[in-house]
Amino acid sequence: MELSGGDILVQCLKDEGVEYIFGYPGGAVLHIYDALFKQDAVKHILVRHEQGATHAADGYARATGKPGVVLVTSGPGATNAVTGIATAYMDSIPLVVFSGQVPLPVIGSDAFQEADIVGITRPCVKHNFLVKDLTKLAETVKKAFYIATTGRPGPVLVDIPKSLTDPAIKVPYQYPKSVSIRSYNPSVKGHRWQIRKAVDLLLTARRPVIYSGGGVILGNGAEPFTEFARLLGFPVTNTLMGLGAYPATDQQFIGMLGMHGTYEANMAMHECDVLIAVGARFDDRVTGKISEFCPHAKIIHIDVDPASISKTVKVDVPIVGEVGSVLADMLEMLKSADKRPDAEALADWWRQIERWRSVHCLSYDAGSDKIKPQHVIEQLWEVTRGDAFITSDVGQHQMWAAQFYKFDKPRRWINSGGLGTMGFGMPAAIGVKLAFPEADVACVTGEASIQMCIQELATALQYRTPIKIVNLNNGYMGMVRQWQEFTYESRYSHSYLETLPDFVKLAESYGHVGMRISRPGDVRAALEEAFALRDRTVFLDFLTDPTENVYPMIEAGKAHHDMRLAPGVSTDTELA
Amino acid sequence: MRHIISILIENESGALSRVSGLFSARGYNIESLTVAPTQDPSLSRMTLVTLGSDDIIEQITKQLNKLIDVVKLIDISESSHIERELMLVKVRATNGLREEVKRLTDIFRGNILDVTSSTYVVEVTGEKSKLDAFIQTVGEDNIIEVVRSGATGILRGERGLSL
Repeated sequence: MELSGGDILVQCLKDEGVEYIFGYPGGAVLHIYDALFKQDAVKHILVRHEQGATHAADGYARATGKPGVVLVTSGPGATNAVTGIATAYMDSIPLVVFSGQVPLPVIGSDAFQEADIVGITRPCVKHNFLVKDLTKLAETVKKAFYIATTGRPGPVLVDIPKSLTDPAIKVPYQYPKSVSIRSYNPSVKGHRWQIRKAVDLLLTARRPVIYSGGGVILGNGAEPFTEFARLLGFPVTNTLMGLGAYPATDQQFIGMLGMHGTYEANMAMHECDVLIAVGARFDDRVTGKISEFCPHAKIIHIDVDPASISKTVKVDVPIVGEVGSVLADMLEMLKSADKRPDAEALADWWRQIERWRSVHCLSYDAGSDKIKPQHVIEQLWEVTRGDAFITSDVGQHQMWAAQFYKFDKPRRWINSGGLGTMGFGMPAAIGVKLAFPEADVACVTGEASIQMCIQELATALQYRTPIKIVNLNNGYMGMVRQWQEFTYESRYSHSYLETLPDFVKLAESYGHVGMRISRPGDVRAALEEAFALRDRTVFLDFLTDPTENVYPMIEAGKAHHDMRLAPGVSTDTELA
Repeated sequence: MRHIISILIENESGALSRVSGLFSARGYNIESLTVAPTQDPSLSRMTLVTLGSDDIIEQITKQLNKLIDVVKLIDISESSHIERELMLVKVRATNGLREEVKRLTDIFRGNILDVTSSTYVVEVTGEKSKLDAFIQTVGEDNIIEVVRSGATGILRGERGLSL
């Protein structure tokens, strides 16, 4: 079968089983768009800005586990996609981004809409390609999907010069069934000897903590992970990226850890004697001050990426492998072990953790006459029966969503953890809703973040993706304001948004439903009403208390046990 | 500590910038970097000299290995190895200096590749310290121009870096 470059690309996507491609047309990709027009197996989602395309594809990928696919034109189309590519890179999300490029003969001549996107994206992709030979296009696409989805996943960009997609030039097409790359062999199985050492160490633990990250979600390891944690009976904490790997409503879950983690999780980290990190990367928002990180602990680290191991924190037992496979091996060894962890020591440890838990570090003033953002998230959790997909933007609202929406399942919490990209949430929600049209999908956001990709409200209407936008509107870039209050003596330098649009009217003008909620008593009813409108996107503008802060907080550079707690919350030592 | 990392990398456009970009993005040092295709034209061999603590060198090798284009690498400074660098030096060769520079070139087992009435171009090969010594001995004031290739290296004996 002889096909042109545009048809080859579209045929590759079909053969790869791609359901949706998120994109925006332009000169360099017109041949490809013409090829897309002639078929309907691969559905194109037209966004309103290329950043939205990458975030929507990213949301789709996080919710489904399948790679997200993007198509943008050369120059500004490609550079607009960079923020979304970097977002996916930091959180190890499989994306395949196709960018048009100016025709091969004019590359390097500063042609119209030319940008060296392979050069620009090099530090924020897992790999990228500039295709120079049409006969290599199909193989390159196969390689891109293979690299994006295996090992530690990540975004891969394929830059396609317009001259390669010329409809007049055709070459034989065959999509490779498999591909092997001599320089790329991600390890799957962990080293048995190392796993044995880890199991032995776990069995001697007296004050253990299991700390898991996004790797458990990405590696579809939640099931063996939960079985592993239950078998041992150890306390479990998740990173921001790891929420949902272990049911948050379970007694063994002690909450998120790190900068805005719970008191009990951070104290347990500080006091533990054995720490097992599963698919987590010891990010600075998690570790706090490195020199005082888990000062009493022997550390086991499971990760598919060898470069993640001992990068910031030296570990005692490194295990390189996919979490699912390593945990399965561990479970098998644990089940056949004749030893069990010291039950009495573990009971003592749990008693200590319960004392920390009794501090109720997440309490807030529930009697306030202003809407407390925490209350909105609690109500959101109840109204959706804890079963919604929640996307978020970046800032205070993100932290409250992470703290107060108790995720019991993996892939339900979708946020930009590593890069911290404002504007991520709404397009991501559109991607999730396309993948799961029957599910409740909400985007928790703030009035600053939402404006960074607000144009995608039009996309949500065009493709009938009824999402619920929960806008915690406090008039400020809340997290910036909080830091300014704590560390800059309340000098609120440019963090107040003096002019805001009328979000209700804005939503309506995009063809959606807008609601403004200003009284705490109306929160529940508004959420119920919004979710009852099953076929409408609803923008809920909650006017929340502008003075509210996210607690607990470990300020940058401080250790886990050095937390700032909410006013009125006291620690056990103070109580004693 | 100074480390010499030998890398087999796909001989593709952009491969070099992936390596150099990694070093600048992560703030690692590059003392020198040499690269050329091997007898297998699909592969290039790169010799990278870097400075860093053991922890940093471990990260450097891991991050290099993570690059898709990197096929294989080895830190040759950890084993018995040979290191060589090529240097071309344009030296002032007037009056008494003509004999003196020729004599020094012989001592350093170098070659004079070009002669004019006022200059020599001298070729010297060896380890970094030998080349440094040649420059010092000739004297900065007598040197017009220096070109150094950066170090290359190979392991002694049976062991090595190949596919």
